[in-house]
Amino acid sequence: MSIKKRKAEETVFKVLMVGACTVVSSSLFLIVGTIVIKGLPYLTWDMVSKAPQGGFYIGKEGGVLNAIIGSLYLAGGATILGLLVSIPISIYLNIYLKSGSLLNKSAKLAYDVLFGIPSIVYGAFAFSIMIWLGVRASLLGGVIAVTLLIIPILVRTLDEVITTVPKELKHAALSLGATRWEAAKVILRQIKPGIYTAILLAFGRGIGDVASVLFTAGFSDNIPKYLDEPAATLPLAIFFQLGSPIPEVQGRAYASALILTVIILAIVVASHFLAAKQTKHKI
Amino acid sequence: MTQHPLIRVRDLNVHIGGHHILKHININIPDKSVTSIIGPSGCGKTTLLKTFNRLLDDTAEVRVTGSVLVDEEDIYASGAEVTHIRKKMGLLSQRPYPLPMSIYDNVAYGPRIHGIRKKTDLDDIVEKQLKDTGLWEEVKDRLHTSAAKLSIGQQQRLCLARGLAVEPEIILGDESTSALDPISTHKIEDLFVRLKEQYTIVLVTHILRQARRISDYIVFVYMGEIVEFGPTEELLLNPKEELTKQYVKGFIS
Repeated sequence: MSIKKRKAEETVFKVLMVGACTVVSSSLFLIVGTIVIKGLPYLTWDMVSKAPQGGFYIGKEGGVLNAIIGSLYLAGGATILGLLVSIPISIYLNIYLKSGSLLNKSAKLAYDVLFGIPSIVYGAFAFSIMIWLGVRASLLGGVIAVTLLIIPILVRTLDEVITTVPKELKHAALSLGATRWEAAKVILRQIKPGIYTAILLAFGRGIGDVASVLFTAGFSDNIPKYLDEPAATLPLAIFFQLGSPIPEVQGRAYASALILTVIILAIVVASHFLAAKQTKHKI
Repeated sequence: MTQHPLIRVRDLNVHIGGHHILKHININIPDKSVTSIIGPSGCGKTTLLKTFNRLLDDTAEVRVTGSVLVDEEDIYASGAEVTHIRKKMGLLSQRPYPLPMSIYDNVAYGPRIHGIRKKTDLDDIVEKQLKDTGLWEEVKDRLHTSAAKLSIGQQQRLCLARGLAVEPEIILGDESTSALDPISTHKIEDLFVRLKEQYTIVLVTHILRQARRISDYIVFVYMGEIVEFGPTEELLLNPKEELTKQYVKGFIS
């Protein structure tokens, strides 16, 4: 190939790459821009500090505090429960099992499949369990559904992070006479920043998901006080408000979306900050 | 110089995933001396080293038969306590892997997990081991900074100090200098020579000159079998086996 042709090829692919980056970043700006322009005028202090009052859905008093609290409870609860399950799973698969064992491989395949299952299926599954147990739509039901949804995300993310740790580090601890659990603690220390990334991904997915909480958490204008009370979520609140013919209520849907975006942004910033702080001793 | 052997290997066979990696290994590794395992890549020398501290257990589909006696105790016996066995041996791997903690905590890690809690005791151990490995002067003012900030040569000496802190009897080195520059290599080699007064040292190396510089005995492994074992000079200058002769002369590698 002549040098001219090679240079042309280089240019074509460079244009393609820059183009792809531009499309993605500009769509992000468009989305955020739309939410800000349409939602900011309706973002009053009442929106974030009050639950819906009578007539909220026809444009009168109140806010979406019920949904903000509900979403935080659901995503937070599910992330904590999810971590309690996922960390032991990843430790067992990667540290207790021998490198390259069959169970390790098949479990990873299973989590990949679970990863790809749409959230409505988790919602339906959790819902059928709730019917069987006689639990009605509630915060607890929602937490369980979201936990099911995010466990594969947590396990796969932690897995990716743990596999970046050289096995010699585990061997170093073991050869000092450490038990496998002690070696696991050394590795957990090493992957702390990765754990924050996993939390971020799981929380972000959990707080933004509608389908899994549709049947399981229900919806309520009240802030849930107990686990057996139904809980509102921001995505559902946005959905309901957006379906209204009243412009005032539609505007509030965008304001709610803005609130959701800010929460997720705060989580992203916080986890990056924590991850950066934790890399002090990382090898 | 006949010494009583510390590690005795009896008819050891290792299969990994259907491959016969080590075949009928019989060897007595002499106490308080440096023994180098040499041989071409893939001959099984690292596998042999890993059978000594049972790190081989961490590989999938491994089958080990035969016995390895350390202090007259068969480490492959069914009741053998693996953490106890590993505590007896310090491992120095190809590249240094300091634990993700401070310099002090790296050395104190082993003693801590084995139950030493008193700060003054730990301080003494850390100072002694860092002095023994020649790191003390270089790091005494920054003991509580991250071990990752040390140079790679310093990290390797730290890993040695960390291993010595659990008071092993044996030091296992798996091409421990292959990632280091010549000066750091020299420091590690000097340490091995100095440490053999107190420890039994087994090294895997692919550098013949290194084996010659520091070891008292050499084991030549080829295709999973021990071809020849003997005192360094004898094996290198007057090899009995044709294969050893060819390897030493550089005809096979």
